Amino acid sequence: MTAELIERLAQDLKPVPANALLRMLGIATAFGLVASTTAMMLWLGLRPDLFEAAGTPIFWIKFGYTLALGCCGAWAASRIARPGESGRLPLAIGCLVVLAVAIAAGISYVTAPPQERHAIVMGSSALVCPHYVIALSMPLLIAAIVFMRRMAPTNPTLAGLSVGLMAGALGAWVYSFHCTEAGLPFLTLWYSLGIAAVVLVGTVVGRLFFRW
Amino acid sequence: MSGLPTSEDRLRSLMLASLAGDSAAYRKLLADLSERLRRYYRRRLREELSAQVDDLVQEALLAIHARRMTYDPNRAFTAWAFAIARYKLADLLRRSRAQAHVAIDDVADFLADENAPTGSAADLASMLDTLPERTRGLIRQVKIEGQSVAEVAASAGMSEAAVKVAVHRGLKALLNRFGRQP
Repeated sequence: MTAELIERLAQDLKPVPANALLRMLGIATAFGLVASTTAMMLWLGLRPDLFEAAGTPIFWIKFGYTLALGCCGAWAASRIARPGESGRLPLAIGCLVVLAVAIAAGISYVTAPPQERHAIVMGSSALVCPHYVIALSMPLLIAAIVFMRRMAPTNPTLAGLSVGLMAGALGAWVYSFHCTEAGLPFLTLWYSLGIAAVVLVGTVVGRLFFRW
Repeated sequence: MSGLPTSEDRLRSLMLASLAGDSAAYRKLLADLSERLRRYYRRRLREELSAQVDDLVQEALLAIHARRMTYDPNRAFTAWAFAIARYKLADLLRRSRAQAHVAIDDVADFLADENAPTGSAADLASMLDTLPERTRGLIRQVKIEGQSVAEVAASAGMSEAAVKVAVHRGLKALLNRFGRQP
C-alpha cells in the first residue's frame, strides 16, 4: 500500500522552482493590490491634492505606517505558511510599529491646542474610513486566503491573523491615496480600526479553513 | 567538520534533489521517511487508534508531497518533515476525540428514544444491567425518564456535577462494551 503510494507520488514529481512559495505570495499580493487599487480609483478616486499632499509629512506617515504593517503581515505569512514556523518576529515588529505611531499620536493630541483636538481625532471621515479600509482590503484578503490554503501552516489561527494583517494594512495603504485626513490620532484610531477588523476576519477564516 | 553524514544531511540532499525533479532520489526519500513516520506513529498511537498507523503514514506522505514547496532549503529538513508528521498526528487525535464525543451523544439519543422497537428496549435493559446499580438508576432517570440533572441530584443526595460525571462515565462504559461489536 505505502509502496504503491510512494511509486505514484514519485511518478507525479515535478520540479519545484526555488522560492516557489515567495513567488506565489508575490503573485497573490500583486493580484490583490491591482484589484484593490482599481476599485479605489473607480469608486473613490485619488485625492485631488495628491501632489501637494506628497510634500507633507503626514502623507508619508500614513503611507509608511500602512505599508510597514502590510510588509510585516506578508513577512509573517511567508514564515507561518511553512510547517513548524511561527512568524512571531514580524508580528512583534508589527506591534512595535503600532505602538510607535500610537505614542506619536498621543503626543500630537496632547500638544495640540484644545480647540483643534477634536479635528485631528475625528477629521471629517472618521466613521466611513474603517469601512473603506475593510472594503478595499477584501480583494487582498481573498488572494491571501487562496495562497495560504495551498500552504502548510501548523498554526492555522496565526496564519489567518497574518494574512488578515497583510490584507488590512495594504488595503489601508491603497485607501491612503484617496484619504485627505491629516491628523496623526485619526490615523492611529480609524485606520487601525479598519485594519483590526480585517485581522479579526482573517483570524476566524484561518481557524476554520486553514487546516490541511 | 568530519565524520559520517548525519541523517539530516542525507535526507536534506535527497530533498533538494527531489525538488529539482530527481524521482529516484524522491523514491529513496519517501521510503526512508515512511519508515520514520511508521516508527513515530506506532509509538504514539495506542489501542484503538493503532489500526490507523498505516493510514496516517500515507496521509503524512501525501502532505509532504502536496506541500513540498513549503520547505525552505535554508532550514533543517528533518524539522520540516517532523512538523508535518506532528501536525498530522495532532489532527488525527483531534478528529478521533470529536468522533468519540459524537458517538457518546448517539448512545444518549438512542437510550432516550421512547418509540424504539421492543427488541431494542430489551437490549437496552440488558445493556443497562451490566452497569453498577447506582449508575444504572442515574442514567434511567436522566436519559430515559427525562428528569433534570438538578432533580436527580437532589433525590440522590449528590451534586449536579457528580450526576453528570456518573451518567457520562456510564454511557462511555456502555459504548466501550457494546459500541464496538461488529
